[in-house]
Amino acid sequence: MSEHVDPTAPLQGEPSKSTERKLRKEARVQIVSYFLMIFMTSLAFFSIASDAVDSSFAIPFIVIVGAVQVVMQLYVFMHMGEKGTGWINTMIWSGILIAALTVGALMFLIGIVKY
Amino acid sequence: MSTAQTGSKNVIWDWLTTVDHKKIGILYLAGGAFFFVLGGIEAILMRIQLMFPEFTFLGAQTFNELLTMHGTTMIFLAAMPLLFGFMNFIIPLQIGARDVAFPFLNALGFWLFLFGGLLLNVSWFTGGAPDAGWTAYVPLSSESAGQGLDYYLLGLQVSGLGTLIGGINFLVTVINMRAPGMSMMRMPLFTWSSFVASMLILFAFPALTIGLLLLMLERLFGGQFFAVDFGGNVIIWQHLFWIFGHPEVYILILPAFGIFSEVIPTFAKKRLFGYSAMVFATLIIGFLGFMVWAHHMFTVGMGPVANAIFAVATMAIAVPTGIKIFNWLLTLWGGRIRFTTANLWALGFIPSFVMGGVTGVMLAVSAANYQFHDTYFVVAHFHYVIIGGVVFGLFAGAYFWWPKMFGYRLNETMGKWFFWLFLIGFHLTFFVQHFLGLLGMQRRVASYLEGQGFGDMNFVSTMGAFLMSIAFIIFLISIFTSKKNTENVNDPWDGRSLEWTTTSPPLHYNYPQTPLVRGLDAFWLEKYEGDGRMKAAEPLGDIHMPNPTILPIVISLGLTIASFGFIYLVYWLIFVGLGITFGAMFIRSVKEDHGHHIPVDEIKRDLEEG
Repeated sequence: MSEHVDPTAPLQGEPSKSTERKLRKEARVQIVSYFLMIFMTSLAFFSIASDAVDSSFAIPFIVIVGAVQVVMQLYVFMHMGEKGTGWINTMIWSGILIAALTVGALMFLIGIVKY
Repeated sequence: MSTAQTGSKNVIWDWLTTVDHKKIGILYLAGGAFFFVLGGIEAILMRIQLMFPEFTFLGAQTFNELLTMHGTTMIFLAAMPLLFGFMNFIIPLQIGARDVAFPFLNALGFWLFLFGGLLLNVSWFTGGAPDAGWTAYVPLSSESAGQGLDYYLLGLQVSGLGTLIGGINFLVTVINMRAPGMSMMRMPLFTWSSFVASMLILFAFPALTIGLLLLMLERLFGGQFFAVDFGGNVIIWQHLFWIFGHPEVYILILPAFGIFSEVIPTFAKKRLFGYSAMVFATLIIGFLGFMVWAHHMFTVGMGPVANAIFAVATMAIAVPTGIKIFNWLLTLWGGRIRFTTANLWALGFIPSFVMGGVTGVMLAVSAANYQFHDTYFVVAHFHYVIIGGVVFGLFAGAYFWWPKMFGYRLNETMGKWFFWLFLIGFHLTFFVQHFLGLLGMQRRVASYLEGQGFGDMNFVSTMGAFLMSIAFIIFLISIFTSKKNTENVNDPWDGRSLEWTTTSPPLHYNYPQTPLVRGLDAFWLEKYEGDGRMKAAEPLGDIHMPNPTILPIVISLGLTIASFGFIYLVYWLIFVGLGITFGAMFIRSVKEDHGHHIPVDEIKRDLEEG
């Protein structure tokens, strides 16, 4: 008989040594990434607020920082690099590809060539 | 978690609260058929108006409303829900699952579609339906007087939400719910093409949502996105609409291609020719479908470079489509072909759709498009691909799967009358429209003059439309007169895929034991290399099923009430409606509902009876 498992039930037993090591490593990566994310967000803000980046490069600069943050969000905090995420990767990246192509084409077609 | 059977005795309550994919499929079919008849009546009224030059059967404003509602109804409320009906009913059966991945969302998707569609049609009784064409180009739509366009915006927003939910549900179902052994490359082609169509829904519908939202802000709250004198841009609407609108036509045609890919091998008694090429072509069509939207806008003034790029991309789609056509022909080649009604629709589809495809390539020539644009040539083209492709596919699917869904076979003699009258009527209606377009008759005109030379062909076209209506009435009658054909319904066509291994109609848990799939055309394999029965992948045991719930209707009703609040800008109504919706969502979130178990004794009892 296939018993329906309650997904909210508390876990039973103790984790093994290797699992514990993996969890500790995972936690370290999460915390480092967290501070890296805060650093990049403040970098984007202060680079514009202090005019440190040349105004012609300002928008590309914060877009690049934002793109890095999106990728970190997906792979570190949303665990998209783990096993069994093949379909999720396929769908996310084809969605990004289509969105990028359409937005890019649309901007050229309605005549936005300056930033 | 109870083991008791929670199905209600009250039939109406049972259908209102159902989360069973088969019942929701039938609801989709019934809802879609209702709107199909409605859209058909709108078409007939327009054809009567165009029967004679300067005919005064309808006023010009009514004509504009009819043409808008005909297009909107047929695309959003008839074709797509009818396909969703088949997808809902057939996909879980074909992959050996007991339900879709999210039964609750499935029900929610249906009720959102139905309420959105009804909301749109309420506009007929409140001072005029939308009148800016199904494409609702700005500034015509942003300046349109009255509430018609507001109903269009809110109605499509609500039903579009339902479609998006349905699409995501099918994606997860196909990825997660396949029976043991059912690898992606062993899936029947209907499931494959519906899967790709669901991907297109996932990526295309957000563009429509954004477009509708911008137009709603413009019409109701004084936004300036499309107002040129305030620095807006009217072309943005056209781009947003067609970034959605072009994938939309592939969302319609791909599941229909899937139906033909099931029907043709079954009645040719051969496996599908070039299965992997068919899957690949479906994926390519899905991808290229996003790269061609601007071919609807060749005359807008995008410039020769953009026009050339989009023209070439559009012509490229003919390649994977051609692969599919040749694969169907080669499946038929040397097969033992049976001319059942379902197969007649599939055979009639091939030449009809190719004609639509040829005019499609003609339209893709951007220089020639300046001549064809907004004429009846375009009308003829898209009716050839949508009726000759999608509607023929729906009828083929109806005759093919009717015994499985309802437990009786539709009368074949009436079916053949239906097919031939409809086919002749269809070509009479739309073939002459190519020439009307080339002569210069514009689309969406409410009338034409005596001496323009359009009279005879318009008369022929209207006669063809009458013939199609008569044919469809024969089909409706045959639904009710065929009910006694209940013998040989489990596997009437010598089927190849898993759905034919179930009883007709299937038990509400589909499979007492999940089947073990050993190859492509799983049932056919067992018939010829096994003992003719599916092997089980699990021992007979209790089955876990979801509980019925009324909340999907409550959520949809709340959004509909809020939509009325937006249309007439009654703020308390908006809050009441959204309050109902979010309240129901809150109840859904906090109330624990783990479903119920069907005890093994009851399954054994069902097996003995069946």
